[in-house]
Amino acid sequence: MLSIEHYLILSLALLIVGVVGMLTRRNAIIVLMSTELMLNAVNINLIAFSRLHGSVDGQVFAIFVMTAAAAEAAVGLGIILAFFRNHKTVDAGEVDALKW
Amino acid sequence: MAENPPTTERAPRQPENAPDADSITTDAPLPEGPDRRDPQDVSELFRSRLHLLQSVPGALQHLFNEDVTGANVDPLVFYVAPLISVTIALMACTVLPLGPALQIANLNIGLFFILGIGSLGVYGAVLGGRATMRSLAQFVSWATVVALALISALLLSGSLSMKEIVQAQLDQGQWFICYVPVGFLIYFVGSMAESHPAGFDLPETDSGIVASYVAENRTNVTGFRGELHVLAEYANLIIVAGLAATVFLGGWLRPLASYRDRFPGTSVELLDVLPAIAMGAIAVYCFRLAAKQPARNRRLAATSAGCFCVIGALALAGALFAPGRVMQGVHGAFWFIAKVGAYIYCFRWIRSRTSGFRFEQSMRLVWRILIPLAFVNLATAAVAILASQDTGLPMRFTTILSTLVTLGAAAWFTKHQSTERAAPILDGE
Amino acid sequence: MLNSVLFYFFAALAVGSALVMITRRNILHAALFLVMSLLATAGTFLQLQAEFLFIVQIFLFAGGITALFVLAIMLVKPRVPEPATPFTKRRLMVTGAALVFTAQVLFAIVAGHSSLRLAARQLDIAPRNAEAVGDALFHSFIVSFEVASVLLLVAMIGAVLMARRGRNAFD
Repeated sequence: MLSIEHYLILSLALLIVGVVGMLTRRNAIIVLMSTELMLNAVNINLIAFSRLHGSVDGQVFAIFVMTAAAAEAAVGLGIILAFFRNHKTVDAGEVDALKW
Repeated sequence: MAENPPTTERAPRQPENAPDADSITTDAPLPEGPDRRDPQDVSELFRSRLHLLQSVPGALQHLFNEDVTGANVDPLVFYVAPLISVTIALMACTVLPLGPALQIANLNIGLFFILGIGSLGVYGAVLGGRATMRSLAQFVSWATVVALALISALLLSGSLSMKEIVQAQLDQGQWFICYVPVGFLIYFVGSMAESHPAGFDLPETDSGIVASYVAENRTNVTGFRGELHVLAEYANLIIVAGLAATVFLGGWLRPLASYRDRFPGTSVELLDVLPAIAMGAIAVYCFRLAAKQPARNRRLAATSAGCFCVIGALALAGALFAPGRVMQGVHGAFWFIAKVGAYIYCFRWIRSRTSGFRFEQSMRLVWRILIPLAFVNLATAAVAILASQDTGLPMRFTTILSTLVTLGAAAWFTKHQSTERAAPILDGE
Repeated sequence: MLNSVLFYFFAALAVGSALVMITRRNILHAALFLVMSLLATAGTFLQLQAEFLFIVQIFLFAGGITALFVLAIMLVKPRVPEPATPFTKRRLMVTGAALVFTAQVLFAIVAGHSSLRLAARQLDIAPRNAEAVGDALFHSFIVSFEVASVLLLVAMIGAVLMARRGRNAFD
């Protein structure tokens, strides 16, 4: 019998995987993809609670989260491509022009 | 010093009655008389006007071809791509309604389901062989065109469910193509680009090169894997045709579906005898064709097609006297398949008559003409619906006005094209 | 019963492909595994009777955002897969922090066990889900909707400016 804890734990697992991926990998594109994973996990959480309470507010919020994710992915990829054009690498360790 | 013979005489001559795979463009059968030769393989046996049956032996032959792959190919990507295409194409078939009860799944979001699943087709197309940026850009652009054109018909029905869209056409007594014909035309062009994207991405336009329908410009269509690509292409064609038939052409509805006069004394409606008569006419045509065939196997094929049509005619006529659901199912399936067939016929006919576009031409067509036109179409259709609701004018009248406005906008868009060359795009090849 | 089987299938697929995704060296493979994870979560959305979100997830996330990623990967075009990073102290710290966070959230979930029960009553969001979401979007949340469209416009302009060649991006 499924209860909401199942969905919450699934959401937690995806969030953790996203966080670990973001903090561990050096490739900027994979960091962005981990961000998408985390946003996805948040969506599962929102929709599970929307089902719990029987209203569509959670789903509407999830749509806005997806919209923000799309906008952020587009701009983030634009930044990565601009960086790649100058430095010929997408290694996140190379982004150190502002380090002291 | 011997002169070079003129170029025209150096090229080998094609026999005048060369067999042609596309029987709706030429009427050439296998050559008779001095050029007569035995059929070379199974697929040639069925060539000529019985072209319908050619695909089966052709496909079987294709299965046993050698699988030619590149040396540096990425196995995960290369072998998964045709699987993706086929799965998507078959999944989209689950929401197409052949009849009021002949639908695999009546999803609440049926139309959106097909569009969403179709958007996954980008992976099959992009990863399948030449993963270039152009194919991705093309796919996204034409998918936008198709979606916008479908939304204009969605306004009229008020629901995304495919069954309710056809029901709305029944309730309003009019196929939606009559309300938004410009939307249908935009959809038609978009579906042509979606199912045959290579025709809109030619390296150079050359009206002398009329490409064949399948496997042009591609060397990766070999073996079982390539067979899946071909299957996905054909299934995709059926899906866009089925979508057009459901949304614009009335789905399982008979033409003039709300005209319900019956034969006196029976419960058979007047226009419902049309399917049986049509199938009977096709059967007669097949038998006459069979009598004219010189070769025995072609005669056999024509006769079997004729028998099949006779059985179909009997089934359709018998369904007239069957309980309501059976009759709706059988006749609905007939009309749906007829509309899909007509759509595909027009599709291939126009495709064989026109040459393709260069990539920048097709992008210009999409972003400067078709998408603005689709938006205008959407706006005018919405105004027409609201006007007819508020003022009580019949929908036919207001939509005629809205169609005229959209056509005017189309003329304006095509005339006022700037002649500057499009900025060079990033080329990922 | 089928519900539980489907849930565990989708959950295993989602978490499994996410784990595989963050360990791939070939970024195109990583993008494909991300697509698989997103499609599996779309399956869980459908189980939660959120039909509209199911298809929007496929349309937007799997068919849109990840296609954008694939396009960017093709532009970046790594010739060789990147070398495997060594097991550094950083990874250890990250894993430790992740475990601590997991423990905290699990405790919160378990502690709130009595108040979190999936509603057993028939829900209004299910039968005509697209209509319900559309109603909510255009009646209750119309301002957020318009702001989101402005956000998308701004993001589009920004991305185009970022990706243009040459230094005259701000002309």
